[in-house]
Amino acid sequence: MTDVLAAVLLLSGGLICLLGAIGVLRFPDLLSRLQATTKPQTFGLLLVLAGTALRLPAEAAAGLGLVALFQVMTTPVFAQLAGRAAHRTGNVDKGVLRTDELREHR
Amino acid sequence: MTVVFWLTFGMLAVAALLGTIRLLLGPSTLDRIMALELVVVLVAAGIAVGMAAMRDPANVTLLLVVALLGFIGSVTAVRLAEGMERHR
Repeated sequence: MTDVLAAVLLLSGGLICLLGAIGVLRFPDLLSRLQATTKPQTFGLLLVLAGTALRLPAEAAAGLGLVALFQVMTTPVFAQLAGRAAHRTGNVDKGVLRTDELREHR
Repeated sequence: MTVVFWLTFGMLAVAALLGTIRLLLGPSTLDRIMALELVVVLVAAGIAVGMAAMRDPANVTLLLVVALLGFIGSVTAVRLAEGMERHR
């Protein structure tokens, strides 16, 4: 029973990673690719870690929980920094933005 | 169960290949950094799947190090790329 659940979690995690990578390759502009990058980073890795935790003793699963916690904490920081850098260096097409909260007020 | 691990490894490998293609294509430096960050996460996921396959918790520390180093490395690279492009 636990093994079946672990298999489902591992497979769906791998699938999310694959879909995210397809998005990174196929999406047209930098911000949508950034959006596709963060899906495997959080959701995909979390599913894989959950599947792995079911196959390991409880002490090791605690370490995996620590990895998951760090990943959930750091991915938004990276995505926000990358998006802001893209905006500042002019890699974002301003025409597609509905609101531009990083616009510099002069 | 072995089939599950090979399937997952296969999907991660194809994903890493696609990420590498984006790394080579990527029009801007930020695209390349994002692709590399994706590949690092896929490596971490591969380590986790390997641990699940062997039921061996020895690599938890390695997993933690890879995840944190990936974050620190890509944040540093993003700031460097931002500085380089602004001073151009």
